[in-house]
Amino acid sequence: MTDAHAKYLIVGASHAGREALAAIRMSDPDGRLVMLSGEKHLPYSPTILPYVVSGRSSPDRVALAKAEWFAGNRAELVQDARVVAVDPAARAVRLADGGRWTYDRLLLATGAEPAIPRVEGLKPGAYHVLRTLDDALAIRVHAASARRAVVLGAGLVGLHAAETLAEAGLDVTVVEMRPHVLAEYFDAKAAALIGEAFERHGVRMLMGRRLERAAGTEPCRLDLDDGTELEADLLLVAAGVRPATDLLAGTPVATDRGILVDERMRTNVDGVWAAGDVAQAKGFLTGQSIINGTLPEAVEQGRIAGMDMAGDADLVPYGGGIPLNTYGFFGRHAVAVGAAATPEGEGAEVHTDRSDGYCRVVLRDNRLIGLAAIDRVVDAGILWRLIQRRTDLTPVRDRFLSHPLETARALMSQGWR
Amino acid sequence: MAAQDTIRFIPQRCDGCGDCMTACSDAKGGASRISVVAGVDQGWELALCRQCGDPKCVANCPAGALDKHGRTGVVGWSAELCVDCHLCTLGCAYGGIAFDPAAGHVGKCDMCDGAPACVAACGKGALEHLSAAARLHEAQAAREDMFVPGLSACQGCNSELLIRHTMRRIGRDSIVAAPPGCIPGMGTVGYNGQTGSKVPIFHPLLTNTAAMLGGIKRQYERKGKDVTVVALAGDGGAVDVGFQSLSGAAERGERVLFICVDNEGYMNTGMQASGSTTFGSWTSTTPVGEVGRGKSTDGKYLPQLMMGHGCAYVATASTAFLDDYHAKLERALAASRAGFAYLHVHAPCPTGWRFPAAMTTEVCRRQVESNFVTLWDFTPAGGLRFTRGVERPRPVADYVRMIGKYKHLAPVDLERIQASVDRRVETLQGFQRRPAAE
Repeated sequence: MTDAHAKYLIVGASHAGREALAAIRMSDPDGRLVMLSGEKHLPYSPTILPYVVSGRSSPDRVALAKAEWFAGNRAELVQDARVVAVDPAARAVRLADGGRWTYDRLLLATGAEPAIPRVEGLKPGAYHVLRTLDDALAIRVHAASARRAVVLGAGLVGLHAAETLAEAGLDVTVVEMRPHVLAEYFDAKAAALIGEAFERHGVRMLMGRRLERAAGTEPCRLDLDDGTELEADLLLVAAGVRPATDLLAGTPVATDRGILVDERMRTNVDGVWAAGDVAQAKGFLTGQSIINGTLPEAVEQGRIAGMDMAGDADLVPYGGGIPLNTYGFFGRHAVAVGAAATPEGEGAEVHTDRSDGYCRVVLRDNRLIGLAAIDRVVDAGILWRLIQRRTDLTPVRDRFLSHPLETARALMSQGWR
Repeated sequence: MAAQDTIRFIPQRCDGCGDCMTACSDAKGGASRISVVAGVDQGWELALCRQCGDPKCVANCPAGALDKHGRTGVVGWSAELCVDCHLCTLGCAYGGIAFDPAAGHVGKCDMCDGAPACVAACGKGALEHLSAAARLHEAQAAREDMFVPGLSACQGCNSELLIRHTMRRIGRDSIVAAPPGCIPGMGTVGYNGQTGSKVPIFHPLLTNTAAMLGGIKRQYERKGKDVTVVALAGDGGAVDVGFQSLSGAAERGERVLFICVDNEGYMNTGMQASGSTTFGSWTSTTPVGEVGRGKSTDGKYLPQLMMGHGCAYVATASTAFLDDYHAKLERALAASRAGFAYLHVHAPCPTGWRFPAAMTTEVCRRQVESNFVTLWDFTPAGGLRFTRGVERPRPVADYVRMIGKYKHLAPVDLERIQASVDRRVETLQGFQRRPAAE
């Protein structure tokens, strides 16, 4: 394979890459723009995968961007082009098949990979992960014949998969080493409401347990730290992810847990940007550098990276990541925005309202820093902006606490009129 | 991209009755997609999908279930593709897409296929479905643009909008005269040996525009060719320096369309006053200082003078009311086949009048709402007809206070402006054709 050259080279084909591509084309209509995807499938979102497992989303209808979209943007998608190394000095990347691309400006939007805990006997082949479309299809096939499933990890991926497998009729057990589900988003009470829903649907929830040993396949025998023994026809490891930074080994691109970027998504190396789940950027609430691996953040960061790569003068630098997510489970609805699990004290004021669903509001100096809601409609997008803008809620404090939906809407409507 | 329908909320008229929400629920089933909520201090506020141009809800969707429709502009939602992750709701800062527990999925406004139930249900006039402008833009966008891209008008100038609309309508069989002023200055006549327009365009003197056009038209008529000849002049080229030849051509009934784009002064050359400059205006030749208080006399109102020439058609227009302008342009073009047609379009100048560039259309609208500018047309047979009512104007101060060139004015000056606005309306009403019984 001969060298190929792009003015803009995007490595990765999910939300961050797609947004960056669109943003680049907004200011540079001509420069050669190439996206390298390690997949043979069209670009898709990792978020869709549990729904592919369940069969709700057909694998041939999950594309985030199709050939016409790339053509319309005069951009090229190169599939099955997995980047294994970056050489910033030569402004080049190397592919698994030996191919090479050179670039003027490079965006690393490689996302994350499943993190596999170090457990005795837990070997590839004995378990599934859920990060790619092929992973999802493999689980779907396997679930059709399996009777007992164990899901390791009660994060969003694990819970989505557990729900899917339970709805498909499998006996499902979820093992989580932290004391409750979705610990990165929800406080214990909120998490308990979600956990109970799973139990009501027949899912066995083993919280605060750690997997100590695994052996065999179909069934895979699992020993937990409290002596519980489980057998799994289907084992899914969903114990978190780690940024896909392997391709940077030996380069001067600075990494911590992810690729370190500034507020324009630039790395420390000239001509190299990073965005999305692979990037580690400023956190809004703490100012610390964090990995905020959510879809809306990938969109945000991808857009900023693309604008900066193309020299778009309208770029507004990244304000900092805020943890946020929405979560639908068994037809119900949960939202967490900001530091919604912050304990009371040290300036943080917590108000919990259970009159209509569950709503936990965390204020600091009468400004919103976090809100979690279950079975209660709030506008997550507006709450995000209220946190970002550090809107002073003093004049509407009581109303906001009792009616967060309507009050937030009034504040925002008044703001844009 | 074509302009698209939108639902406008007028909070002053809203009494929070909730009929719009009931109508939406009834029409769509489940929760209302329009939400009227009590304001923070008073009044009512609205949460509704804005059908954003660059929608974040769409960007946040992992399933391709949301999509902005290229022609209607509606952000559509697909029940089939949606996976109920609700991440779209994180993208929206307007509360325009929200989870509906009754329906079990998110809901958002789809504009009811062009006939929004909420608007029909609002008995207070607080919701308006704005679609005329959308259709107008769509129709014009289908026509060929006669100017080069990248005309270098000042930011916020409405003249470029006006001339592009005008020439899209008039089309290729035309010859344009652009006498000295902002319109040639922004590049329509070209530079570096290249033309700025797809039709023949020339740069006459300020003084001879109408005479030259009249001659050109006669020559084409002699050759048996049907050509629209049109002047895109400023107020200098019409009201002041250009007046003599304009008056002569109108008197002779030359078959010409003469468009005066009135920014009330010589804005292209340093903001000197013209005959059209209104009382109290700061300009570089009517300064404000220890002695001067801006222009000390009223402006000359050329449209009224043109009625006195017995032109085949005379009309005034504002770019805040483009549908009105297009209707008048049609009549003017038809009239210019038989005689002289004159259009007077008001062009507030952000640079010379000192107001923010983003406010031009709002300034245009306020001029009309306050009767500072009146919209009317005139034919010798039909007399004068207002195309927008003048009966309930806003105080003229509402307009004047938006404009930097008036900011030194004292209350007594405002009273004088108000009085002259009122007097002009009365004068114009006198030109209306009265029923025979009166």
